Amino acid sequence: MVESADTFPKILLQNAQKFGKNKIAIREKDYGIWQSFSWQDYHDHVRDFALGLASLGFKRGDVIAIIGDNRPELYWGMSAAQSLGGIPVPLYQDAIERELHFILEHSEARFALAEDQEQSDKLLSLKKEIPRLEYIFYEDPKGMRNYTETFLMSFAHIEELGRKFAEDNPNYFEDEISKGKADDIAIIAYTSGTTGNPKGVLLQHHAAVDAARAFIAFENLTEKEEVMAYLPMAWIGDHIFSYGMSLAAGFAPNCPEDTSTVVHDTREIGPTFIFCPPRIWENWLTQVMIKMEDAAWIKRKMFHYFMGVAEKTEKIRIANEPVPIGLKILYQIGRILVYGPLTDNLGMKNVRVAYTAGEAIGPEIFEFFRSLGINLKQLYGMTESCALVSIQKDGDIESDTVGTPVPGVDIKISDNGEVKYKSPGNFIGYYKNEEATRETLVDGYVLSGDAGYITKKGHLKIIDRAKDVSTLIDGTIFAPKYIENKLKFSPFIKEAVAHGQGKEFVTAFIDIDYGAVGNWAERRHIAYTSYTDLAQKPEVYDLVYEAVERVNKSLSEDEKLKGAQIKRFLLLHKELDPDDGEITRTRKVRRKFIAEKYDNLIDALFTGKDAVTVDATFTYEDGRTTTMKADLKIRDAETF
Amino acid sequence: MTENKEPILKVEDIHISFGGLKALNGVSLAVHPGQIFAIIGPNGAGKTTMLNVINGVYTPDEGRITFEGQERPLKMKPHHVAALGISRTFQNLALFRGMDTWSNIMVGRTQKMHSNFFSQGIYWGMSQKEEIKHREAVEWIIDFLEIENIRKQPVGMLPYGLQKRVELGRALAAEPKLLLLDEPMAGMNLEEKEDIARFILDANEELGYTIALIEHDMGVVMDISDNIAVLDFGNKIADGTPEEIKANQKVIKAYLGEAEESG
Repeated sequence: MVESADTFPKILLQNAQKFGKNKIAIREKDYGIWQSFSWQDYHDHVRDFALGLASLGFKRGDVIAIIGDNRPELYWGMSAAQSLGGIPVPLYQDAIERELHFILEHSEARFALAEDQEQSDKLLSLKKEIPRLEYIFYEDPKGMRNYTETFLMSFAHIEELGRKFAEDNPNYFEDEISKGKADDIAIIAYTSGTTGNPKGVLLQHHAAVDAARAFIAFENLTEKEEVMAYLPMAWIGDHIFSYGMSLAAGFAPNCPEDTSTVVHDTREIGPTFIFCPPRIWENWLTQVMIKMEDAAWIKRKMFHYFMGVAEKTEKIRIANEPVPIGLKILYQIGRILVYGPLTDNLGMKNVRVAYTAGEAIGPEIFEFFRSLGINLKQLYGMTESCALVSIQKDGDIESDTVGTPVPGVDIKISDNGEVKYKSPGNFIGYYKNEEATRETLVDGYVLSGDAGYITKKGHLKIIDRAKDVSTLIDGTIFAPKYIENKLKFSPFIKEAVAHGQGKEFVTAFIDIDYGAVGNWAERRHIAYTSYTDLAQKPEVYDLVYEAVERVNKSLSEDEKLKGAQIKRFLLLHKELDPDDGEITRTRKVRRKFIAEKYDNLIDALFTGKDAVTVDATFTYEDGRTTTMKADLKIRDAETF
Repeated sequence: MTENKEPILKVEDIHISFGGLKALNGVSLAVHPGQIFAIIGPNGAGKTTMLNVINGVYTPDEGRITFEGQERPLKMKPHHVAALGISRTFQNLALFRGMDTWSNIMVGRTQKMHSNFFSQGIYWGMSQKEEIKHREAVEWIIDFLEIENIRKQPVGMLPYGLQKRVELGRALAAEPKLLLLDEPMAGMNLEEKEDIARFILDANEELGYTIALIEHDMGVVMDISDNIAVLDFGNKIADGTPEEIKANQKVIKAYLGEAEESG
């Protein structure tokens, strides 16, 4: 009986028995070919690596840090640590040393598993300051020949040690797995956090296993699904979808060859279940739009006509009303001529279930993909709940809500408008951070920190971070993220930061989308040399002006938010960058930091100047910094 | 470690002139197995001429060329030289611009292919095995040079730095005993230079290739070479380790025009 297995390693043993060599457990594209590993292979690698770890003194409760792109070996490393009662701590692969330092120190990791030379180098230089870190392992031996450190070993070497260890301890692996309990810690997932240091979210096996099973039951997923494993392993979404659910359902995650080949590799796989943060859906939409601009006129005409048909159809479908027969026929023609080829091109022809999560998605973007026939749904979840809180049900979709609670989850709205929930995936606390735990976990409910409400149809609607919601001087509700998201729905705007707390009106910083605006400028023969140069072109200001105007118009339709229209804006000289600390790795704006760093820009926005000079400091990945000066124009926007 | 072995390539007393211009005037070099050997010198010093002599593009007027202990005739077609195990890249790129990266690198395998046109056409038995072997070799190089994302792109559309990398890949695909690189970093920005320098080092240390290269960028040459020969107006003016070259007055003079005493 499958349900009896209450930890991931136990599930792995079952999978190896049930599927053996007959079912692919994980694939990786390497040397241009999809290399496949069966559940038996998966099991054997995990066993060998686990025993190798054991031979080096890995004990129950030990922590192994894992850093790199999605690779089978790294997933196996996670599973191996769990098999021995240890705890994996996945890290963001593009994190700079300062961030890694904190987590390695805080998690008390004795072991670390890195993907390649680049990641090993980071760990090696950190090891000098973190004596507790004893061993570093690497998966890809390329470039590692001149490293003589004895504590640095390849993944394959550890497996070899494991096979030797198995000769003397034949039952060690199974014994250790059977010692595992459902309430052992399965993983510490560090959340990037918009303020202060990252927090280590303690998730138990039963939480992660139950969450994975809840998703599988909710969407009727089977071992036949194909999933792309391309999002950072440190993100809880990847951990649940690519690791946990793969184990629980038996399906295979597919690791792309390289971050730069994800799009191509996705097309080759044709996933059936897909999950992306909104910015990736946005990227796709932007790509499609750019390509359509370049297409022959007849294709362009056809595309726009049939997208109109699809949109109309989708609006009717969402409202759960019958689609008129004429429209139905047109939609079928469109499917042959446009939607089919387009979804195939995106690699989404086989998608049964698609999720967007992590941030709000623009209604236009959401409806675009849905109207193509992709079953895109919004999911609301957090690291603190193993990503499991609410999902839109098939046939019960609203474009601006995050759906209804998943069975087993209880959602409440507290008196101050904050969303709180009790989910089977709930965490048990932040590692070594009592205070944050007390603030967040109250009577079994997680305080999400998000402001939201339940709509008449029982859907959860998220407005903004609760602590970010404030008022203008005249008392109008000011929800910055709500406004920023509306701005970001424009394909030309990548990021935005709205200001207005305690002020008379609302202003905004805007980051243009370099790709989309660059393309737009080239089309109009507008020459530019750099991001900074492009952003300050009057034509680009005009372009953004129109987008701001549209946002203001839509805000003016909401009685409550009418007063919070954007009066003035400026285009920033650089993209907001996690390396500079302006946004988190998951691309959430760090308001306080930005307010301090750019206080002179904000002043200028509110004092009626029409230009402002900025001294900018850039931080490279290796920690070096450089400065430059730029003049930024300020523009007044139309309000309604 | 390889110093006491026989040199893999020995050129002795090479003379070549174009019309009245003496391009090389009695130059001798010895490249030892496992080395990165650099030929440097100001513009017009005869560096590329030297490479062209080695791989048979030019026939020298006088001299001796010995490869792997065997003296080869001075006049020899480049593809015959390639068959000996010497492959090269060019200063101004010589790729098939309309073909994709993968195919360009596969071209480098030509010397290694044995099955004929017809058996390849049928794709059965030996030729199937061979095809798989060659594809594997090409994929290995693509992985080595980290160009997976441009595998299927026509090289003519790639930025210059990547084209250089593809050309290096094609030269590597021939699994040469001696790899000649003509200004592998010319026209690159710092980052691209560092990338190529790393690939050259990896090809040398990890794959064990013997490499002779021409380069303008003194800094990179000093960092990666085991041995350096300096040419000036067709003459070899110095030969030695990077440290020896740095201290050599003649070299300083050739590069700076005048030897200066620093105060």
